[in-house]
Amino acid sequence: MGHIRRLTRHTRTVAATLACLLLAACSAGSLATGGTGDSRNTLRIGLSAEPANLDFTKTEGAAIPQALLYNVYENLVKLDQSARIRPSLAKSWSLSKDRRTYTFQLVKGVRFSNGAPFTAEDAKFSIERVTSEWTLVQKAQMDVVDTVEAVSPTELKVTLKRPSNDWLYRMTTRVGAMFSRTGVSKLATDPVGTGPYVVKRFNRGDSITLARRDGYWGREPHFASVVLKYFKDPTAMNNALLTGTIDVIGAMQTPDALYRFENNPKYRVIEGTTNGEVVLSLNNGSGPMKNPKARQAVRYAIDHKALMDTCWGGRGKLIGSMVPPTDPWYQNLTDMYPYDRDKARKLLKESGQAGRTLRLRLPTLPYATACGTVVKSQLEQAGFKVRLDQLEFPAAWLTTVFKNADYDMSLIAHVEPRDMQAVFGSKTSYIRYDNPEFRALLQKADQGTQEEQITSMRAAARLLSKDAAADWLFLLPNLMVADQDITGLPVNNVSESLDLTGLGRS
Amino acid sequence: MIVRLVQRIAILLASLVVSSVLVFAFMAVLPGDPARVVLGTSASDAAVAQLRGEFGLDRPLVTQYLSWVHGLVTFDPGNSYISHTPIGPQIADRLQVTLWLVGTGMVVACILAIPLGIVMAVRHRRPSGLVLSALSQVGVAVPAFLAGILMITVFAVEFGWLPANGWTPPIEDPVLFLKQLALPALSLGLVQGAVLTRYVRSAVLDVLREDYLRTARAKGLRPTQALLRHGLRNAAVPVVTVLALQLATLLVGSVVIERVFVIPGLGSLLLDSVSNRDLVVVQDVVMLIAMAVLLVNFLVDIVYLLIDPRLRVGAS
Repeated sequence: MGHIRRLTRHTRTVAATLACLLLAACSAGSLATGGTGDSRNTLRIGLSAEPANLDFTKTEGAAIPQALLYNVYENLVKLDQSARIRPSLAKSWSLSKDRRTYTFQLVKGVRFSNGAPFTAEDAKFSIERVTSEWTLVQKAQMDVVDTVEAVSPTELKVTLKRPSNDWLYRMTTRVGAMFSRTGVSKLATDPVGTGPYVVKRFNRGDSITLARRDGYWGREPHFASVVLKYFKDPTAMNNALLTGTIDVIGAMQTPDALYRFENNPKYRVIEGTTNGEVVLSLNNGSGPMKNPKARQAVRYAIDHKALMDTCWGGRGKLIGSMVPPTDPWYQNLTDMYPYDRDKARKLLKESGQAGRTLRLRLPTLPYATACGTVVKSQLEQAGFKVRLDQLEFPAAWLTTVFKNADYDMSLIAHVEPRDMQAVFGSKTSYIRYDNPEFRALLQKADQGTQEEQITSMRAAARLLSKDAAADWLFLLPNLMVADQDITGLPVNNVSESLDLTGLGRS
Repeated sequence: MIVRLVQRIAILLASLVVSSVLVFAFMAVLPGDPARVVLGTSASDAAVAQLRGEFGLDRPLVTQYLSWVHGLVTFDPGNSYISHTPIGPQIADRLQVTLWLVGTGMVVACILAIPLGIVMAVRHRRPSGLVLSALSQVGVAVPAFLAGILMITVFAVEFGWLPANGWTPPIEDPVLFLKQLALPALSLGLVQGAVLTRYVRSAVLDVLREDYLRTARAKGLRPTQALLRHGLRNAAVPVVTVLALQLATLLVGSVVIERVFVIPGLGSLLLDSVSNRDLVVVQDVVMLIAMAVLLVNFLVDIVYLLIDPRLRVGAS
């Protein structure tokens, strides 16, 4: 009997503990995935990379401007779907004869989400703040600014140190975002902008909920809320669309799985273009790839069409240079080094590097691992010796390849807009490409008229390709899958923003 | 009894100190610089150095360790490098999610394993016992994430009975919560249950061979009666040990399951923080898991003393 009584006591204790745990758990958790509200009024978009926080002035990564730019923050000017510069908070602008002074006429009656009015003083504050407060490398894009003057509440005058075509373009990116003078104290958690949406909730590890903002100066968005839901696993994202947990796959990471949607009348597959050049980076500074003939041999050895078919489902575009088709100076350079295995063998022999083993160091990203093995096999067929290793992305890859340039070859998509300068224009960049002629062309392009810009950029891209500074495998496509009735999705991913302002439901 | 208890507490404290040193040392040698990850692909060395200073990463390792432990002991682990939000509430939120998962996974495992294990032991020479035994072997061999992916494919994508992934807190929408919890809890529980079944079976088999059970039968009890009244309590000791060990496996297994089912729990937080090099968060989460495992082992020792009077006598 004693035993039984004791057992009952234990049972009671256990039951009580369990009950407490249950109660605690019930009251718990502000973490919800997606919205459960009115589905007609909410749009849920699946994306892959989650922002680390909401402050793109101090934190690198494409995910933050992707979510916030044009949606929560607005710029004076913005890029449209064809990558043309369009008015936004500035309804018009003019350029002085010496090409150094921009005068912007600002939209009247705009308010930030904290209630403060948007004036030329805020624009001045935002532009100057890039140089004084930002910590990212992009801040250098504002170094060309000499003075900023708020002529009146609706007129802003920006004078540059020298003419720069690039500056106005950069004003469409994150460095051109307009901040409130009274709204920058908690950027990492509480962004304040003039855009049509505000950040309602950020569930870390899961989603960001954007809510339509009352009193927005422009056209009111169709959806009361847009949920950006983040998936580390691309298959989970596909399943979420198939089972109705999300309405749109904003960035398809598995082109092989498109067949699941293409033959289904419920869905629409959208294929647009991006700024993401998938680059086979070659270390021009040291190791076997310092030899120009060896680099040329690599370019001849790769059958780009076959590669894209194998590793990215044949989706994308072969470009042969660092310029995407949406840039005004795009030219198809794929015929500069057409696939020719015999020529590759010959060049490799002449280079004297044939016996050396190349270290192909891949970041752990879906396209890189998929395409890296194809690159290895194609190079080996042309007589190269290749050793493949994987580096965890971002941390390990950034330190080893990007910072220390401890690699011979790597493979990464450079997704930043107009990034020829950033990747190849500096001796200290991880590619270690060092050509004064190339740099002179870039400078000329920036300072000349628009025609001169196009001519010089074309010459620069051609020179880069001729020198085989890298190999351009293909341009990533912008693949989206959406429920049939969703309209106004940004087909081309050409700005830093996932522009949600035109969304609707038919 | 008291000597034992004090012994156990001393061991617990010592293990906690050792594991905190280990956790910290691992983070210190992990390649990749948090400041560079924050500042990204093209940051200048000066900017990186400045941010390292802000994070306190330029201090001597011993100082860093001590300030970390101080933060833990005072329940104020500070702010995350990456999200700039306090770590404590962040971990608390995620822990609740993972506890649901581990808890229900455990319940599924027990519901499955205890009756099945007993049946397998009692019928171990009969065909039904053999078939069950073979099935449980298969269960042991299947990793939880594979079970998860299979179940998603079948029950969510093909039949559309349950959502493929996601998480909703119970107070917000209890029905959706249960629907979303079902598949991950099952995939965790099935595999753990299969493992547990093996242990229950062998524990019960051992007990069946004991003299006291034969005596009980000789007194006229039917086999089932004898097992229920005299056997199970004895068989429970090894099973409780395994359950505790499995709790650790479940916590670790939930890391993968959370990724497969897109659940914002502790495991997702851990993986994200590792990839962002949010080292303080990684340290804190790993330490929390280590603490949980040590604490469970400690409690198991105590439970032994309660279940098995022989251990108590032996001590005093």
